[in-house]
Amino acid sequence: MSVLSLRDLRVTYRTSSGDVPAVRGVDLDIPKGQVLGLAGESGCGKSTIAAAILRLLPRRTSVEGQVLLNGEDVLAMPPRKLRAVRWAGASIIFQGAMHALNPVKRVGDQIAEAVETHGLSRDREAHVRAGDLLEEVGLPLRRSNDYPHELSGGQRQRVMIAMALACGPDLVIADEPTTALDVMVQAQVLALLKRLQREFGLAMLFITHDLSVLGEVSDRLAVMYAGKIVEEGPAQSVFLDPQHPYTRALAAAFPAIGDRRFRKHPSGLGGDPPDPQRIPPGCPFHPRCPDAFEACPSTVPWLFEAGADRRAACLLVEGALAEATEGAK
Amino acid sequence: MTGSQPGLADDPGSPPILEIRDLAVTFAGRIGLLSGLLGRAGSEARAVDGVNLEVRRGEVLALAGESGCGKTTIARTVLGLIKPKRGQILFEGKPLGRNLQAYRRRVQMVFQDPTGSLNPRQTIYEIVAEGLRIHRIHRGPAGESEEQLVARALSRSGLRPPERFFMLYPHELSGGQRQRVVIAGALVLEPELIVADEPVSSLDASVRGEILSLLLKLRDEMQISILIVTHDLGLAWTVADRVAVMYLGRIVETGAAEEVLLRPLHPYTRALLDVVPEPGGIDRPFLTGEPPDPTNVPTGCRFHPRCPRIADQTAASLGVEGRCLGEDLGLVELRPGHLAACHVATLDPDAATGGGAPSVEAAGPEASRS
Amino acid sequence: MQTPPLHVGAEPPFGPTLEDEEPSPPPGSPRQITWARRRAAVRRFWVAFRNDNMGVAGLTILVFFICVTIYAVFADKTGLSITEATGPRLTPPSLEYPFGTDDQGRSVLTLTLHGSKISLLVGLSATVITMVIGSAVGLIAGFRGGWLDQLLMRITDWGLVIPWLMLAISLASIFGQSLFMIILVIGLTTWPSTARLVRSQTLSVKERPYVERARALGASNWHLVTRHVLPNVMPVIMANTVLIVAIAILSETALSFLGLGDPLSKSWGSILERASNGGAATQGAWWWLGAPGLCIVLVVLAFTMIGFALDQIINPRLRER
Repeated sequence: MSVLSLRDLRVTYRTSSGDVPAVRGVDLDIPKGQVLGLAGESGCGKSTIAAAILRLLPRRTSVEGQVLLNGEDVLAMPPRKLRAVRWAGASIIFQGAMHALNPVKRVGDQIAEAVETHGLSRDREAHVRAGDLLEEVGLPLRRSNDYPHELSGGQRQRVMIAMALACGPDLVIADEPTTALDVMVQAQVLALLKRLQREFGLAMLFITHDLSVLGEVSDRLAVMYAGKIVEEGPAQSVFLDPQHPYTRALAAAFPAIGDRRFRKHPSGLGGDPPDPQRIPPGCPFHPRCPDAFEACPSTVPWLFEAGADRRAACLLVEGALAEATEGAK
Repeated sequence: MTGSQPGLADDPGSPPILEIRDLAVTFAGRIGLLSGLLGRAGSEARAVDGVNLEVRRGEVLALAGESGCGKTTIARTVLGLIKPKRGQILFEGKPLGRNLQAYRRRVQMVFQDPTGSLNPRQTIYEIVAEGLRIHRIHRGPAGESEEQLVARALSRSGLRPPERFFMLYPHELSGGQRQRVVIAGALVLEPELIVADEPVSSLDASVRGEILSLLLKLRDEMQISILIVTHDLGLAWTVADRVAVMYLGRIVETGAAEEVLLRPLHPYTRALLDVVPEPGGIDRPFLTGEPPDPTNVPTGCRFHPRCPRIADQTAASLGVEGRCLGEDLGLVELRPGHLAACHVATLDPDAATGGGAPSVEAAGPEASRS
Repeated sequence: MQTPPLHVGAEPPFGPTLEDEEPSPPPGSPRQITWARRRAAVRRFWVAFRNDNMGVAGLTILVFFICVTIYAVFADKTGLSITEATGPRLTPPSLEYPFGTDDQGRSVLTLTLHGSKISLLVGLSATVITMVIGSAVGLIAGFRGGWLDQLLMRITDWGLVIPWLMLAISLASIFGQSLFMIILVIGLTTWPSTARLVRSQTLSVKERPYVERARALGASNWHLVTRHVLPNVMPVIMANTVLIVAIAILSETALSFLGLGDPLSKSWGSILERASNGGAATQGAWWWLGAPGLCIVLVVLAFTMIGFALDQIINPRLRER
């Protein structure tokens, strides 16, 4: 049984300027011990998914579909159960640790707070556990008496990781955990995450726009565009042999040093990621797609089989056009 | 101690447009400037500590390094926004005088945050025309009106038709378009050098290529030299002619892009290249420890506390460990046009980067790391 | 293995449909277009203000009092004269004297009507002095920094720390009692808080990337302040101005009530002073105190509400999510 299962998840924000469909039907599965990478740019809905899993979205947001955590639907849970699940069932490592940590509380206390809130232990024991966690993430014990501003960016991120592990969750959601960090610190934090994930057998949802990081860290990779998944499969094959033009463009933004094709040849797309309130008809990517053809503006592709254990939502995939025309009949 | 300037292999007929000599910039220990790195207030931070650099005409130079190495400080000093403690900046061979007005026409900036760089209360037209108005340029060299000059700059930056953008406000444009407006604002004065500090890092990944292409086009078509400050070596691989790598206020390696990125001499450059993520990469080596602190510069080679060649005894086995710990050094030309500041590399260029084989085979699709 | 990279510059077959979405640019030079957009921005601001109930309520009250004051300027002044007072003394409100009469038989309504002129005049004039001095000090201190900033801020701190009333009374005894003096005293004692506010906003705006960009373009300090800093500090200044008017009117009332006002002009505060000395409280003449008091409260409330509404609009973070 998967640790996390999303079934046709749809999230629509209600704002003063109308409804904003941020997520438009997403299916995901993460079995125990697996890392699923979720890639995409601004406005694609990936951070919304992270918040939706723990029901952290604003009150008036419409959330439909199912979010199954170890088989139970989070969306249907009563408040008490939800509070128990938050952090002990699944936890989040937020982007920008500087803002997620309370600046007036010592770091050790904040971790202990997470432990205490879930009634796992109290006071002294909670602090001992906090200390253990800090050591687990590679920080010396004495750091637990520091305030967040006394730590560097990398150290703060480690504290966030320690906090995320505090209650022994089954699933850890990492939302852009290394984006604001230096490359060297990023490498350290990624190595730490990989080690912890293997050691504790965690299921992990790793969200970032940096496809190369996902190529390295994840087992499977899913790419999002305009609120839907447009490609998914084993991480390396998706990164090295993309089937969807958008994935290709995203991968090309992180060229390997030494790859001659990119020398003096920057690669990218024109236009911008679409406004969720103004999603183009047919395939939402078609206005920016260099390989678009006549059928694209009028046919909405779904995820077609595109190789061994891979799927891509593009009409150019072998057999896809036929299948789509069949489905339309 | 600063390295003396060796005879750089100048292309004949291509004198440097910008020269930086022995530049040093220090900041008093105020928390606001280097927060997180300063443990003590009141201690001086040597952000730039003896830098020699030159940008040649019509070239793209990437100044690479992690945060805190001083690269952004150099960019701001070149633009005249920061006063150096010592050192000289020469533009076309002449040192900058007190009056920077004329200089500022010819050297323009593009900074990281395109949204912040645009005054939200000004229309795009006003933003691009601002440079002309500041320098009281009412007519172009061929008699063009201000409106025509603005339209031309917007057009060159890829915003077409330019008239459609005149009346818009920044918040009505996308991130990529805003950066193009910033570039247009720089172009309208027909500069000879553009200093770009992380020009694409706050843009969406799929949009970055556009802006980078634009910069290359400006170099090709208008012979504008470009100094790009970045932490991303992949970006340097994509656009740079030459690369200079910085660490803790000094340049530790410089040379042609392909040389530095494929056959690095300095262990730090090697370490930076090693941490670029790649699919399936497991157990890649990375430097341990915290990023360096400009208020507490190590003696000798400032990289020695984190240097893998000290840790794996290479330096000791070559007998230079003492010098690494005690003797400061500058850039030394170890291969034609390729300089590095490393005691180990000076003795044995291949040993410094941990192995005899070149770091990456410059092949096509088969590119891989050893 | 990566497939070949995309070529930048090659137009995608179904390129962005911006052409269809945007209407063609309106005719007119860039300057005309800019002004048209500015007018549109003002209209948008008005719509936002209109939707703020508090602001509208405040504005309504203010407009009412402005009309009253304008009327008072042209109205008959005979009712103010003691010698010509014809009414019965200290009578409660009635049809003939809607606000009752004072101890000399004058209609309190007439007194209150004419009092609005002085109260508002002093309030607005003092505000002008406060805003000019306060904004100038705040802008200079914030923008220049260094020793000038320190010096100006120490002066400002001094102004903030000294008990206002003591200072006002001292200044009044030096300058003598006149309308001009009151305006001066209020102006000179209120500017420090504005200076602080303007300085902090200036500090924040000064660091913004677009200011740095302008500096890198070669802008002089004057250009930076007038074209970039001031326009972005102005909203804060405007919101603060409105609140300062409220404070100024209250200050004038206090000074007049204490007898420091111009004995010749009758502001609401003077009426209150007269009433209090004339035994309105002991004799139960609540109308004499009530009418001017109510007016003061309403006017101050009006300015405060408008100020809050402005703040909401200007500072998006204060708006409800």
